[in-house]
Amino acid sequence: MTRGTVNAPRQSETPEEARTTSGAKATVRLEHVTKVFDDASAVDDLNLDVMEGEFFSLLGPSGCGKTTTLRMIAGLEDPSSGRIMLGGRDVTYMAPYHRDVNTVFQSYALFPHLDVYENIAFGLRRKKVDKAEVRRRVGRILEIVDLPDFERRRVNQLSGGQQQRIALARALVNEPTLLLLDEPMSALDAKLRHQMQIELKSIQSRVGITFLYVTHDQEEAMTMSDRLVVMRHGKIEGIGTPRDVYDNPTTEFVAKFLGASNLLAGVVAGRHDDVTTVTLDDGASLSVPTSRLPAGVTSTTVKVGVRPEKISIASSEKTSTPSRNTLRGRVRVSTFTGVGNQYLVEMPSGADITVYAQNIGEELAPRSGDEVLLSWPVEHTFAVRPTADLVEAEESEL
Amino acid sequence: MSETPIADGTTQRPERPERLSRRPRRLGRYVLPTYSWLVIAYLVFPIAVMVAYSFNRVTFGLQLVSFAWNGFTLQWYRQWSNVPGLTSAFWLTVRLALVSTIISTILGTLLAIALVRYRRRKFRGKGTIEQILFLNIAAPEIVIGASLLGLFVTFNLARGFLTLVLAHVAFSIAYVTVTVRARLAGFDRSLEEAAYDLGANPLSTFRRVTLPLIMPGVLAGALMALALSIDDFVTSNFVSGSSVPFPVWVYGASRVGTPPQVFVFGTVIFMVGIAFALLSLGISRKKS
Repeated sequence: MTRGTVNAPRQSETPEEARTTSGAKATVRLEHVTKVFDDASAVDDLNLDVMEGEFFSLLGPSGCGKTTTLRMIAGLEDPSSGRIMLGGRDVTYMAPYHRDVNTVFQSYALFPHLDVYENIAFGLRRKKVDKAEVRRRVGRILEIVDLPDFERRRVNQLSGGQQQRIALARALVNEPTLLLLDEPMSALDAKLRHQMQIELKSIQSRVGITFLYVTHDQEEAMTMSDRLVVMRHGKIEGIGTPRDVYDNPTTEFVAKFLGASNLLAGVVAGRHDDVTTVTLDDGASLSVPTSRLPAGVTSTTVKVGVRPEKISIASSEKTSTPSRNTLRGRVRVSTFTGVGNQYLVEMPSGADITVYAQNIGEELAPRSGDEVLLSWPVEHTFAVRPTADLVEAEESEL
Repeated sequence: MSETPIADGTTQRPERPERLSRRPRRLGRYVLPTYSWLVIAYLVFPIAVMVAYSFNRVTFGLQLVSFAWNGFTLQWYRQWSNVPGLTSAFWLTVRLALVSTIISTILGTLLAIALVRYRRRKFRGKGTIEQILFLNIAAPEIVIGASLLGLFVTFNLARGFLTLVLAHVAFSIAYVTVTVRARLAGFDRSLEEAAYDLGANPLSTFRRVTLPLIMPGVLAGALMALALSIDDFVTSNFVSGSSVPFPVWVYGASRVGTPPQVFVFGTVIFMVGIAFALLSLGISRKKS
């Protein structure tokens, strides 16, 4: 995985660097944005660039500051310090009704006293768009969200999914520079949510508007985003394309929040140009590409990670190959899930490693109690800084 | 209902137990409805008497109410304006009610919004204001009337329409505020945020989103203020001076004898009240 893809500045880069490396224009730029509520900071010195036309997600558990960030960009909350630029213009303290930004609210916030048409036309009417043009644009946007002929319905007669589309239409019809979406799927059931994710993404590519999407659902963020940030305690923990952040998490929190990870504590034993050796607590030794060590790791304690689907499981007689990391263990639990098998393999140290094997009918599945050899390519190994204050409440949320 | 297999292989629904269909109707279910109707009768009876006697013929002497039934007549409706003091008192009450309702509804609604919108930290003295509103409702009217009279005399304000309006607005505001505040309690602030987000400034947001949504509460508050103003006697009696509103006039007249037209006006006021109530019922039915 390359570290500095065009649209994926790493966390360590400042917005200025991002701009020069990318060439694309930033729709939104946050510079040292901080928001303090009653002496507790919700957003802490946040720097972020969202590029033109991007589908960008703010991902994190509840209370991580993602919604506060969105509300500051919308103008519904004033930052305590820092600067917010929108299309190159400083809008930090501009009133929300003067910003070229529209929001899809978590509760949809459709006006119950107005019908669908008037809800959608609300923004256009405030801008004194002439009647024929309002009619044309409302009609067109209803086509886009696939609800034509709904103009005269009352909003409380609509289903949750329909209300969500109307909320989206009401925001999109104004053709804002930036569309903010505050967990718009949270009220939908799983099936509808899945369908809307695909649809939302396709609508975004059709209208070409920059989307800033707030969610706590990592799968949702990965499915739709061009880029995403993982937030925690008001700070960015990881930023990049979903693949980049997933394959190369920089902190323990990101590794656990985004998908499942096996993390094994160890000590850096030898550091070479391309491969660094880490000795685990139980004596086993693993290789990590040096480029995938978290930047600025000075301490020698790290956690070595590997995703469960990257691991091959084989009977213990097999011998290891040098380009792969190997660990031996005993299958503790073997679960058939249809699409594959999930194993919990117990290491000599007592730690469990999770392995997903796809059901492609190739080999005999090991059973619980079997001694096995786990192996995976060195390049799929990553190392993260241990997150010291990962409290239990958070763990359960992950 | 489960199906029981029978020996011959067919299935049959089990018999519904006899007991259920033959259960004697319990008397208990009539207690509360009967009680309710008795209470309603208690409330409506005086009004029915007033309506009935507005159609009573007067057979001898002065044209005053007598409580012997002398036969049906529409005479008092035809001659509704024949009692000079009464008619002008009635129109004064109508004007007074409209003016004081409009003023107290506006003031009370804005006060309710302020009380709901701002937390204690941003709104110093919010608790005190809430206490005063409660006191205003709880205080005996005789105290308010007497003290208002004292105040107006002190400021050398001539008693008349102006002092009546001031007094009526003063006792109506609290009722409007309480009613509107109840409506605002369930108000979703994100609707206002959505309006801002869509480019509506605060004034436009209030006009197009907030006000239409709290309108039922505002109208309920206004109706309350209207009803309070129309039948207020105690306070009005203190501050009316030479402009005599309807209740004060009726009180004065009843000491010598009530002209039947009083019942006509009473009936009309009652009918208008019913019309308002039905209208608001109709609107709320249509909305849901």
